[in-house]
Amino acid sequence: MKNIDIRKHILVPEHSKLTKQEIQELLEKYNITLNDLPKILLTDSAIEKLSVKSGDVIKIIRNSPTAGTSIYYRVVTNE
Amino acid sequence: MEDNEIAVFKKVESIAFSILSPGIIKKMASAKIVTPELYDKEGYPVDGGLMDSRLGVIDPGLRCKTCGAKLKECSGHFGYISLARPVMHIKFINVIYDLLRCTCRECGRILIPQNKIQDYMGELKSIENESSPEERRIKIKEIIKNLKTINKCPYCKSRQQKITLEKPTTFLENEKRISPIEVRTRLEKITDDDCEVFGLNPKSIRPEWMVLTILSIPPVTMRPSITLESGERSEDDLTHKLGDIVRINQRLFENINAGAPEIIIEDLWDLLQYHITTFFDNNIAQLPPARHRSGDPLKTITERIKSKQGRIRHNLAGKRTNFSARTVISPDPMLSLNEVGVPKVIAMKLTLPERVNEWNIEYLKGFVKTGPNNYPGANYIARPDGKKKKITDETREQLIEEIKLGYVVERHLIDGDIAIFNRQPSLHRMSMMCHKVRVLPGKTFRINPTVAHPYNADYDGDEMNLHIPQTEEARAEAETLMMVQTQLISPRYGLSIIGAIQDAISGNYLLTKEGAYSRRDAIDLLLSAGITDFSTLSKKDIVSGKEVFGVLMPPDFNFIGKSKSGEAVIIKNGKLIEGVIDSANIGGGKGLMLRNIHKKYGEAEAITIIEAIFRLGTAVLIKRGFTIGISDADLPQEAINKINDTLAKARGNVEVLTKGYHDGTLQAFPGRTLKETLELKILELLNKARNETGEIVSDYSNKETHMMIMADSGARGNLLNLAQMAACVGQQAMRGKRIEKGYNERTLSCFKKGDLGPEAHGFIADGFKKGLNPREFFFASMTGRDSLMDTALRTPKSGYLYRRLANALQDLKVEYDNTVRDSSRKIIQFEYGEDRIDVSKSDGGILNVKNIIKSVIE
Repeated sequence: MKNIDIRKHILVPEHSKLTKQEIQELLEKYNITLNDLPKILLTDSAIEKLSVKSGDVIKIIRNSPTAGTSIYYRVVTNE
Repeated sequence: MEDNEIAVFKKVESIAFSILSPGIIKKMASAKIVTPELYDKEGYPVDGGLMDSRLGVIDPGLRCKTCGAKLKECSGHFGYISLARPVMHIKFINVIYDLLRCTCRECGRILIPQNKIQDYMGELKSIENESSPEERRIKIKEIIKNLKTINKCPYCKSRQQKITLEKPTTFLENEKRISPIEVRTRLEKITDDDCEVFGLNPKSIRPEWMVLTILSIPPVTMRPSITLESGERSEDDLTHKLGDIVRINQRLFENINAGAPEIIIEDLWDLLQYHITTFFDNNIAQLPPARHRSGDPLKTITERIKSKQGRIRHNLAGKRTNFSARTVISPDPMLSLNEVGVPKVIAMKLTLPERVNEWNIEYLKGFVKTGPNNYPGANYIARPDGKKKKITDETREQLIEEIKLGYVVERHLIDGDIAIFNRQPSLHRMSMMCHKVRVLPGKTFRINPTVAHPYNADYDGDEMNLHIPQTEEARAEAETLMMVQTQLISPRYGLSIIGAIQDAISGNYLLTKEGAYSRRDAIDLLLSAGITDFSTLSKKDIVSGKEVFGVLMPPDFNFIGKSKSGEAVIIKNGKLIEGVIDSANIGGGKGLMLRNIHKKYGEAEAITIIEAIFRLGTAVLIKRGFTIGISDADLPQEAINKINDTLAKARGNVEVLTKGYHDGTLQAFPGRTLKETLELKILELLNKARNETGEIVSDYSNKETHMMIMADSGARGNLLNLAQMAACVGQQAMRGKRIEKGYNERTLSCFKKGDLGPEAHGFIADGFKKGLNPREFFFASMTGRDSLMDTALRTPKSGYLYRRLANALQDLKVEYDNTVRDSSRKIIQFEYGEDRIDVSKSDGGILNVKNIIKSVIE
């Protein structure tokens, strides 16, 4: 039971980390600061193995019933 | 507001609550009250009395002696009385109690050693920073709780006595009374620093202010007197109470000055305490409420604010609207979709202000001439300076002479006026739509039956509200944004929310399926649907129903869709080539036909076509005749035999299963017990049997019966309903299982214990037409009651759930970059709905790219 990687579960969408530059581009594109992004908990199981720290941005590629796939971004926070 | 006034904008950063100090009370007062008299012999307010003219104006025409403003401009001014002896403030009694018990009776210091105070203060500060002031208050309570048992002052080492509160306002120390004077001196001794531990900011709240030495008198505008018809003045409850206070206070003064015995002074003092306590709150448990002479209790300050009838819930949270009406609704198919029938009595009460100008002066004079008691008349006229005059039969002639340019006439509602119509619960924007008024006889609001759907209304006694916008701007806004036709396409699923219902669907189904009429009859039908142009009607002697329906379509309309049964429906150049029209195409919230008409020809054309379809459908039914009877559920003998066979076979199979269960040959499903497996299998078997009878019914029943026509066209009812009437009602289930309730090991006393057969657990083999036997009827009642309870309990629950959801989402907004953001501009969605599609601009939630390309090429 211990070695289950939940990232391989069919219902868990793909999570990946953005680079510094990609974060910059994202913030500029939407004219926002990090605080305006939706949040994800540092301890979230889906990003456990991505070696993230608070302030990183996670890109999530989801299947969407309306649009095929959709991209979502979340900023990692402590609480 | 005057034009030359400059608006000043300020932002509220924080709010602090504090207690009025005697100094502030004196400073903000504009009069000292010394006498309980209100008016002198001439009826003028007495100086220094409770109605002192320096406290504000309540009589029209007078000016305030303090600020010089008129009635309604002057908001009133406070006064004060100095009390002969200090008195406890009932609302702070618990704070005082805490303070007395937690401070030293000798030196006034808090019963905590100096070093610990620092610790506590640090703790409090960090709690406030990290969480909320609420948390801080809880912590303070905790600190105070531990202090009450300490009996030695850490500073002066004096012994502390036990202090108790004898409710409502008396403090006892070792069974001996502490007078308010003594209480006040003790509170005075508490140092500013110690106050902070109790959560009081000493700059705005000194503890001794909680014992009153002077009392603030509220302005007269807060307690206006009413002049009765007899000319007598009736004073407000607060004025009565204040009169008592001032009277007793004066007597107390006199007695003290005369050197009266201590007992008399004590008695008066207690009486003063009682009056001041009930002035603040007349619902103190231990005190008898102060009463009027008539016996009902006075409504003093706390009662004014508190509870449902109080200022907050009644006046602030519960505002009410003028120029509105409410009555029962009923249907009227002769009205247009965007009309509302308004009873004449209501039309004569609701008015619309119209300003007199050069061109309408004669027109408006006409209304005034008719007067308020005839229709269409007018109720008021208003002069340009805002002075309103009621029109009566006596003043009518004179007012007509008076009317000049710039006057406003408040005339009765007439046909074509704009009104906003609403039915609660207003869950979506279609719950409030704008209609045009049609004044009709009768006492109910009338609406076109098709428009009931967006309001979710029926006519079993539903009431609806009508509002009349009073300004030109409001009317224009309502008309362009809220008119029924602007709300046709639902933002939820992108289809027309309004469509034909019930007999209109049956009618169009019959028309397009089998209809054939002589040309004269066809023209008759179309005329009753409101069509007068027959140029597109075929010139043949016999006209088919499809051709008649085609006349309603715009001549260049093309459409390919599917009917309810899945057959193609093709409209080419405004002619119905193939297929029947049923609920899938003209029903509300279904099918793309109405959606496409709306898109191509606009909302005005869409509602005229919907109206025409509706009237054509009903006209066909009226011409043809339409009824249902018990014979509609008749079946040929062959079908009855088949149904009986099916049911008998099912019974046999159940027996086999139960036998297997008793023999132990039945295999249990994984994770289920043997009993559960058996129940599941039986349930499945019986449901299958019922479905089979349903199929037999649909195979054998006469397609010409009106019951079948309604089911096939989607107007009302379905095959299951028919099967339940004609053949077999089926298994009654509670909580997804066969009925198990009742006696020990059996459902009813007429069954054997442990009987697992279909009949013993709620399988109803008979149909409604044949009738149920008593056992079957009982089981049907069980599930019927159960589902009735369920809906009654679920409706308010899901309503509240929806309300919470709507409140949480209400200020989300789609920005120009297609992101969805909340009011603080934080991102909720990066692309609206993940596909950026505005459902109300789409075809049923999707973009039909093929159609777009086609229309562009054309």
